[in-house]
Amino acid sequence: MKMFAILLTAILTENFILSKFLGICPFLGVSKKLNTAVGMSVAVIFVMALSTAVTYPINVCILVPKNLEYLQTIVFILVIAALVQLVEIILKKFIPALYQALGIYLPLITTNCAVLGVVLLNIDNGYTNGMTGFAQSMVNAVGAGIGFLVAMVMFAGVRERLESCDIPKNLKGLPSTLIAAALVSLSFQGFTGVVEGIFG
Amino acid sequence: MAEKRKTPLTKELTKGIIAENPVLRLVLGTCPTLATSVSVTNAIGMGIAATLVLVCSNVVISALRKVIPSKVRIPAYIVVIASFVTIVQMLVKAFVPALDEALGVYLPLIVVNCIILGRAEAFAGKNSVAASFLDGVGMGIGFTVALVVMATIREVLGSGTFLDGIDSLTALFGYTGFTGFKNILSQPMAILTLAPGGFFVFGVVMALANMLAERKGKPKAEHTGCAGCPMAHSCGLRASDCSENKEKEEKAV
Repeated sequence: MKMFAILLTAILTENFILSKFLGICPFLGVSKKLNTAVGMSVAVIFVMALSTAVTYPINVCILVPKNLEYLQTIVFILVIAALVQLVEIILKKFIPALYQALGIYLPLITTNCAVLGVVLLNIDNGYTNGMTGFAQSMVNAVGAGIGFLVAMVMFAGVRERLESCDIPKNLKGLPSTLIAAALVSLSFQGFTGVVEGIFG
Repeated sequence: MAEKRKTPLTKELTKGIIAENPVLRLVLGTCPTLATSVSVTNAIGMGIAATLVLVCSNVVISALRKVIPSKVRIPAYIVVIASFVTIVQMLVKAFVPALDEALGVYLPLIVVNCIILGRAEAFAGKNSVAASFLDGVGMGIGFTVALVVMATIREVLGSGTFLDGIDSLTALFGYTGFTGFKNILSQPMAILTLAPGGFFVFGVVMALANMLAERKGKPKAEHTGCAGCPMAHSCGLRASDCSENKEKEEKAV
C-alpha cells in the first residue's frame, strides 16, 4: 500500500512539472503536438527509471559507505549522461524500431533537470534503505515519469486549443502559454491531500 | 552573441542584464526561476549561487577551449560545471545553512541549468577568457534581476512580506539587525506562492518584458526550442523532428 501511495503522490500531488517546476524546458518546447509530447514523455519515463536503477546502487554501495555523499551531484550527472549515450547506441544497433520512436528525445534528456531531480529527490525523501529503498525509488521514478506524461498530454491538448485563440499581441506565444500552464497547475492543486486522505 | 563581429568588452557585460536577459529574453533557466522566486531572499541566494557557478565555469571553459576536443565538449563542460556546483553547494551548506534548506534540490540542480551550459556552448567555448568572464557576470546579474523582480511580486502579494529572512544572507557580513518587512498586506494571496502563481507571474512578467521590448523595436521573446537548447549540436541532424522545426517545414511544404 505504501508503494501505491508513493506512486500516486508522484503522479498527482507532487507532479514534477506542475508543482515542482522540474522539466519546464521540454514542457514548453515539446508540448505543441500530442504525438511529440507523448514520445518525449515515454523517453523521460524510460530514462528516469534507468537512471534511478543505476544511481541507487552507486549511492548506497559506494558513495555512502565511503562518506563521499558530497560527490553525488557530479557522479550522478556523469552517470546519467554516459548512460543516455550508451542507451542511444544500444537502441540504434539492436532495437531500431524503438530508437526511431524514442531516439530523438534521448540527447535532450541528459540535461533535463527532471531526471537529475528525481535521483536527488529519492535520496532527499530517504528512499535509501536496502531493497525496500530501491523499490521505493523505482516506484517514485516511474510515478514522476507518468506524472510528466500526464502533464504533457493534458497541456498539449490545452495548447492546441490556444493556438486558434485571439489573444492580445503582447500575450501571444510564451506569456499566454505560461498563464495556461498556471491554470492547468491550479487544477492539480485540487489533488492536495487526496493521497493522505486515501491512505491516511 | 553568435555573430563574429567585434563588440567592446563592456557590451559583453551589459547585454546580459536587459537586452539579452537570460530568463526574460532568451527563455533559459525557467525551472529555477519558477521554483526559487517564492521569496526575495531565496531569489538573491539562488542568483548569487548560479552567478558564481556561471562565472567560474565560463572562465575555466574559455581557458580550456583550445584543449577540449569538440566531440566530447558537452561532457567536458558538464564535468567543469558540476565541480563548481559541488563547491558552491559545500560553501552554501557551511556558511548559509538556512539557504541550503530553502533551495533544497534546486541547489545541486544548478548543474543542469540551461543558462550555464547554454553560455558555455554559445559563448565561452568560442571567446576569450576576459569576454567570457564579463559575459558570465552580466548573464548572472540578468538572471538574478529577473528572479528578484518575480520574487518581489510573489512575496509581497503572496505572503505579505518583503526580504523576509534576509538576515541569513547578511549574517555573512556580520550584520543581522534587519530581518525584512513583515505584514505588508493584511490578507496576502497565498496562491501566488504556490505553483500556479509561479507560472502566472512568470507569464505576466514576460508579457511586460515583451511590451517594453516592442516599444524599443526588438522582437518578442520566443521559446527558442532547438536554438536555445545546449544539446542542439548533438541532435542537430535530427532537428527536423523538433516540434517547432517540424511546423516550419510543414508550412514550407
